[in-house]
Amino acid sequence: MVVVGAGMVGAACALYAARAGLDVILVDRGPVAGGTTGAGEGNLLVSDKEPGPELHLALLSARLWGELAQELGTAVEYEPKGGLVVASTPDGLTALARLAAGQRAAGVRTVPVDASELRSLEPHLAPGLAGGVLYPQDAQVMPTLAAAHLARASGARLETGRTVTRVLRGADGAVRGVRTDRGDLLAPAVVNAAGTWGGEVAALAGVPLPVLPRRGFVLVTEPLPRRVRHKVYAADYVADVASDSAALQTSPVVEGTAAGPVLIGASRERVGFDRSFSLPVVRALAAGATRLFPFLDDVRVMRTYLGFRPYLPDHLPALGPDPRVPGLFHACGHEGAGIGLATGSGQLIAQALTGGTPELDLTPFRPDRFAEEATA
Amino acid sequence: MNPLELVRARAGTPFTVRFDGREIEALPGRTVAAVLWSAGVTAWRTTRDGGRPRGVFCGIGVCFDCLVTVDGRPNQRACLVPAEPGADIRTQEGTGHDE
Amino acid sequence: MSERRPVLAVIGAGPAGLAATLAAAARGVRVTLIDSGTQAGGQFYRQPAPGLGARRPQALHHQWRTWERLRTGLDTRLADGRVTHLTDHHVCWVERDSSVEGEPVRDDPAAPGFTVHALLGPEQRESVAIRAHGVLLATGAYEKVLPFPGWTLPGVVTAGGAQALLKGGLTLPGRTAVVAGTGPLLLPVATGLAAAGARVVALVESAGPRDFVRRSRSLAGAPDKLAEGAGYAARLLRHRVSVKARHTVLEAHGVERLESVTVAALGPDGRPRPGTALRLPCDTLAVGHGLLPHTDLADGLGCRLDGPAVRVDDEQRTDVPGVWAAGESTGVGGAALSLAEGHLAGRSAAARLHGTAPDPARRTRAARTRTRLRAFSEGLAGAFAPPAHWAELVTDETVVCRCEEVTAGAVREAVGSLGAGDLRTVKLLTRAGMGWCQGRMCESGVAGVAGCAATPARRLPARPVPLGMLAAPTDDPPPAR
Repeated sequence: MVVVGAGMVGAACALYAARAGLDVILVDRGPVAGGTTGAGEGNLLVSDKEPGPELHLALLSARLWGELAQELGTAVEYEPKGGLVVASTPDGLTALARLAAGQRAAGVRTVPVDASELRSLEPHLAPGLAGGVLYPQDAQVMPTLAAAHLARASGARLETGRTVTRVLRGADGAVRGVRTDRGDLLAPAVVNAAGTWGGEVAALAGVPLPVLPRRGFVLVTEPLPRRVRHKVYAADYVADVASDSAALQTSPVVEGTAAGPVLIGASRERVGFDRSFSLPVVRALAAGATRLFPFLDDVRVMRTYLGFRPYLPDHLPALGPDPRVPGLFHACGHEGAGIGLATGSGQLIAQALTGGTPELDLTPFRPDRFAEEATA
Repeated sequence: MNPLELVRARAGTPFTVRFDGREIEALPGRTVAAVLWSAGVTAWRTTRDGGRPRGVFCGIGVCFDCLVTVDGRPNQRACLVPAEPGADIRTQEGTGHDE
Repeated sequence: MSERRPVLAVIGAGPAGLAATLAAAARGVRVTLIDSGTQAGGQFYRQPAPGLGARRPQALHHQWRTWERLRTGLDTRLADGRVTHLTDHHVCWVERDSSVEGEPVRDDPAAPGFTVHALLGPEQRESVAIRAHGVLLATGAYEKVLPFPGWTLPGVVTAGGAQALLKGGLTLPGRTAVVAGTGPLLLPVATGLAAAGARVVALVESAGPRDFVRRSRSLAGAPDKLAEGAGYAARLLRHRVSVKARHTVLEAHGVERLESVTVAALGPDGRPRPGTALRLPCDTLAVGHGLLPHTDLADGLGCRLDGPAVRVDDEQRTDVPGVWAAGESTGVGGAALSLAEGHLAGRSAAARLHGTAPDPARRTRAARTRTRLRAFSEGLAGAFAPPAHWAELVTDETVVCRCEEVTAGAVREAVGSLGAGDLRTVKLLTRAGMGWCQGRMCESGVAGVAGCAATPARRLPARPVPLGMLAAPTDDPPPAR
């Protein structure tokens, strides 16, 4: 089989497919992790998912990441540090507690943290917060390292710098492989793991898939001793993630890294593939982060970068076989959660490819679920 | 010959700064790096991972190798910051921030 | 002073920025000259700190008369209020906006106004915003240094760094120096250190005479420059500096600081010739392999780059309306070229900000100088080159990224076993280039060791900025009038 896209999701598809006994070619027009993977923070989160199919996928993925960490944990800088969601007002805390209750019912471990306990978990957190919830299953990897190591561990033939120009289909309409700028790669199955560019790859096979870029900025600080222990974010983040607005939204997400710098997000806006630097966004991120952690006032930002999350209109990825094109599978559109959801997605794709019954119901992720809208 | 003689310098009144507790003479206008170099000191930082000594490298504020703690403030570029009378200059270890 | 004159922000007070400032101010533009230095001059005309009372600073300089002309011109303009000089202003980004009042760029109504954000003073904890109708980037260059075993030892400095501490601080890093690498900067550094009392035991240059003969045509276009070179040769001889052409540094030795270097002759294949290694005791190694343009601000504005430099047209305009660039940021070529480019840029900016075009007939002389010196600098750039196979001399244990302490071995592993084929992926996999300097010091070295192109990374902000300053800006500007 051919996997198009050597980001985190493509690498995970390659790994689980290879372990299921398939021969895999991993092809990308750029390098490994050259798209959204290389611009991400590497979050493996269950905390920011509302109960539903995405949360099921996140829980499966978290379990698989834990297993992978046994063999690759150090290499990919796997850190099961846990997430701490904080609310600034009693109303916010009530809403957060309600969300946590639903998540708990779905199998997420949640630990309520009252205001007085917050600072024992995060000593540098601002005073006066109403409380929070700790999510011990949240973890982090270094995403580029993770993609590179999973791709290597898969044993797949890696074809970087090679652009897919067409998905080849036989007379019966079934997939025969892909045409690239350097010759054809023939295979009875093609997995579209092209992330934010997944819509373009789908179009090469003649089917629509409405993946849109949702831009995000990250600020990187000077290296510090470990002052932020968890991934810490404000409760409004969950609402931002779930929002459909194209306008700019920012909510503070702050975390320390093994290498020293603190990473600060998160902004969301739909502005196409605009790579220009935005001072207002950067200012908003800085304001949010310093509100949560006042000590950051004196800490310097060394770098800012941006990336494009692959956004589908209902915030769920396209995952599984495409009924419109036999042999075409999709694993893209994970928005800002692709690193975390990569393992589960890879596993489910491998199960679908080998004719087994995927351990999660793929119906909510059907790639053709937007077809009516597209034609309407 | 030395650089001051070469340009026929008539420097202002020297003052002292402290480097890791010992007194060092400084000429007005010189940066911390120039003061330390003039006193024969070439290293005033140790790296985060290897604990290796570092001092001036690029000399124009680009490389950040010369980071030093001045009056309790870490990560000052010695090649940019002028030495002030009585300044307390300390070798910076690692990130320069307390663990 | 007319309130209706357009404002041009010139960033950088080296030769290009000063020439641009004077040319624009002479043509009815108010100039805000913004510079990180405490005094005008940039790197080339870096002045001793006033407290040091230097009575003959020219002893450390070349082309002093040109400097005096620039200095006098600037003083005149400061006095008549046409120019405001903001020293110790460290620009971290330039923002395009549409809120600037006053004269728009008339022939291009789409051209926006600009806000220049700068950190103040050596502490850089506060910022100011400066508004302008046009921006002229004269941000200069910084030194390229390729790694070799031992290059992180204290006592190893960049050639330009040794010169900066000498010119600005009137101080030497040690008593016994070796100057090494490649490029025209090594000559003034070696002669400067020697004149100031250092014992310069060797000037180690990887290029050889043949490299210059091959490019004699473009080099012959600037006989004054060749004469300058001959002047250096005489001074090197007078100071008994041993000139080792077609040689390279193999390793710097020492435990806590530099104690000696090993140099060797280069064979025809660009590799060290066996049996030629020579150990030279020294306490200073001043090393450089050319210069790299500062392009961060241009990149942040969306200006198109050509390789490592800002792309400009005949008038020194970038492809972003209202933004000009001149000097080393548009391609490294030396102070004389920077002056010509700055002059042309200043003229163009003045004309365009008044809604007219610069008079082509009146700018031919500077334009001819620019053409001639660009050809000359291209010839030089081709002649001066590091050893063809320098990366082979970088051992696996050698730290290539000084900030993050990433070794050459780690870079090679990222390429060899993790499939990295480009600089960005190498950086993401190894952290090389992710530290305080943002890869400015190691980009060329890491690319060479990895065997990939040195594609410049985007670096914004151009300087580290405190988060508190970003969050609550202290720099709400008064509107430009």
